[in-house]
Amino acid sequence: MYISLPQRGTRPKTGAPAARVSSVVITLGVVSMLTDISSESVASILPLYITGALGLSTIAYGFIDGIYQGVSAIVRIGGGWASDRTDNPKWVAFFGYAASAATKVGLLFVSGFAGIASVIALDRLGKGVRTAPRDALITASSEPSNLGKSFGVHRMLDTIGAAGGPLLAFLILFFVPTGYHLVFIVSLGFAVVGVVILGLLVPAIRPRRQSAATGEARKPFRWRTLAEPRLRRLVLTAGILAVLTVGDGFIYLVLQDRSPFAAQWFPLLYVGTNVAFFIFAVPLGRLADRFGRARVFVLGHLALLAAYACAALPVGGAAVTIACLVLLGAFYAATDGVLAALASEVTPPENRATGIAAAQTVVAIGRLIGSTMFGILWFAAGRELAVVIVAAALAAAIPALLLLVRPLTRVAAVG
Amino acid sequence: MTSRARLVTAVVLTVVLLGATAAYCVSAIVGYQARQAVPADAQTAAFDTQVADDRIVFRNTTADAAYGLVASVSAADAGGSRSVSDVPCDRVYSEARSTMCLRIDRGVLTTFSANLLDAEGAVQKSWPLPGIPSRTRVSPDGERVAFTSFVTGEAYATVGFATATQISTIDGEDFGNLEGFSFTVDGAANTAIDRNFWGVTFTADPDVFYATAAAGSKTWLVRGDLAARTLTAVRESVECPSLSPDGTRIAYKKNISTTATAYWSIAVLDLATNEETVMPDTRNIDDQVEWLDDSTLLYGMPRDDQPGDADVWAIPADGSGASALFIEHASSPSVVR
Repeated sequence: MYISLPQRGTRPKTGAPAARVSSVVITLGVVSMLTDISSESVASILPLYITGALGLSTIAYGFIDGIYQGVSAIVRIGGGWASDRTDNPKWVAFFGYAASAATKVGLLFVSGFAGIASVIALDRLGKGVRTAPRDALITASSEPSNLGKSFGVHRMLDTIGAAGGPLLAFLILFFVPTGYHLVFIVSLGFAVVGVVILGLLVPAIRPRRQSAATGEARKPFRWRTLAEPRLRRLVLTAGILAVLTVGDGFIYLVLQDRSPFAAQWFPLLYVGTNVAFFIFAVPLGRLADRFGRARVFVLGHLALLAAYACAALPVGGAAVTIACLVLLGAFYAATDGVLAALASEVTPPENRATGIAAAQTVVAIGRLIGSTMFGILWFAAGRELAVVIVAAALAAAIPALLLLVRPLTRVAAVG
Repeated sequence: MTSRARLVTAVVLTVVLLGATAAYCVSAIVGYQARQAVPADAQTAAFDTQVADDRIVFRNTTADAAYGLVASVSAADAGGSRSVSDVPCDRVYSEARSTMCLRIDRGVLTTFSANLLDAEGAVQKSWPLPGIPSRTRVSPDGERVAFTSFVTGEAYATVGFATATQISTIDGEDFGNLEGFSFTVDGAANTAIDRNFWGVTFTADPDVFYATAAAGSKTWLVRGDLAARTLTAVRESVECPSLSPDGTRIAYKKNISTTATAYWSIAVLDLATNEETVMPDTRNIDDQVEWLDDSTLLYGMPRDDQPGDADVWAIPADGSGASALFIEHASSPSVVR
């Protein structure tokens, strides 16, 4: 991968279709990787720390975790809005990253459940704030033609961190079984390096001023532009698909019950999903640029559908389990970064971060609703039937939504 | 600052910060290994030659080579010298012939297992666990075992709070996850999707056991029947029951918190009179109680100042007196009679 010094704001506006991924995107990817190593190393050992070291049950943890997800979704919109309003996504994102890094210091000093719960809440808040401005920065420093690939590269680096963090944490605990504080220190180290790199090496791009400079009328932020028909269409599509997306945890549980292989490796199934996500992120991002991002986003749910089929199969074994994880990873690779690219594409620069945040928030809330409904279905109809019902609904929704996003696809082809 | 100066500053800071982190890690690991090299302050003995008569088996948590190993002391002299085996467990429960040992199989790929150990400490049978080990028990006759784990995995895999509890016989008959049993509260079937069961305690009757059931924000003491595969709620607000050796009382943890965050006290229920006595230890206690005899309760308490270290405390079961330190640097006690 080619890494050059960041070209501070002198990026050419027009470029060849196969333009290189900007060094700013790679730098942001490295920042996300370091931050994910930091947060995922802590997140992965937190249940162990709470039960093993503090001697508490994880009951309250699971409960509070649900609340955080909601808080994070709401804060995300706020982060997007602040970024658009100030036209300064870098420093809004910086605030989010710095807040999360600061919580790692907190972890070294608090003991007791309430302390840990508040520290983790602050960490999620930071994550909520930074996501949309960071994605707006990626958009602002990428060519419209390779936006999908740019997000693919960013998500690939991000996923390395998400998979590497837990492995690093468990490696530390392997050497020092009670070394929770050691994990916290390592986490702090990675978080601070991430913040330093962001602060020093990422240019403070101003998307609104930049678009004004290239001749587009300089417009202030307006909530009303969020009601733009194309964004509405995208949010509706993403929302419907999100409701039909069952949490990974449920799929893992189905696999676990079916296959001794999956049962034995249950605590590690997410690693398989992450590895597949990592492998597919860039190729599927490029495919999205060429074939139409909206199309890839909707069709990416075919991988999810196939994963459901795998989970509902009456046979279980190592091969089925691995196939299921690969499909889940491919699903994330085709939808996560691509959604941000799509949202960027359909919102004007002055509203971009808020538009991205809106799409991501709708997906987060949709998945929360989807998982809750699936839980009810799981019990009412039985596990296999529940999966079959959701799979059927998803199979029906994909062609219908493909029609709904056709206007978005045409625009992408022109852009 | 020019972009070149920024780059140099960033590289230098990255090297310094990551270098310092790595150096700290190495020194901490070396320090830990040095502590581990300190010979255990207790005598070591093979698993089967530990304290012979009535003994208390527990997980040793002294910060030396014996950390995390199964150890035992004589029940008559609990404060006396301990005998440490070479068998590591994160949660242990012993009965005269069989021992259940829940383990965190540490490594880059960390997994969890429940293991049935024979008298020599060798693994006879092993079950994979879907998450962090929580509770385990062996029936008084040594024929049946129960184990609970959290269903955790990594943050991505978390489906809120969930437990998995399984009962098996030592001959290999599995009764499966308790979620497969039919569960009734006040005569009505409870089919809540967030049902969870944990903390089994066995009785002298091979078919009957007690456990905790939870759904929504409520918990119940349930009476289970292995033959009928049923769980019947007996009383509300009971977690991690433990039946007294004479079978007349159940000790358990009771959530006395008025907020979402749990705060547990230990209570004893007289099964004949249905009278509940809350113990006068006001600390937050999160353990499945063990009966030392018919009049004394034992439980582990983690040390606030030392993550991973704990002590076993004792308290009179009639609520007549304060708790007292029973075994230092120990957790997960079980009494072998």
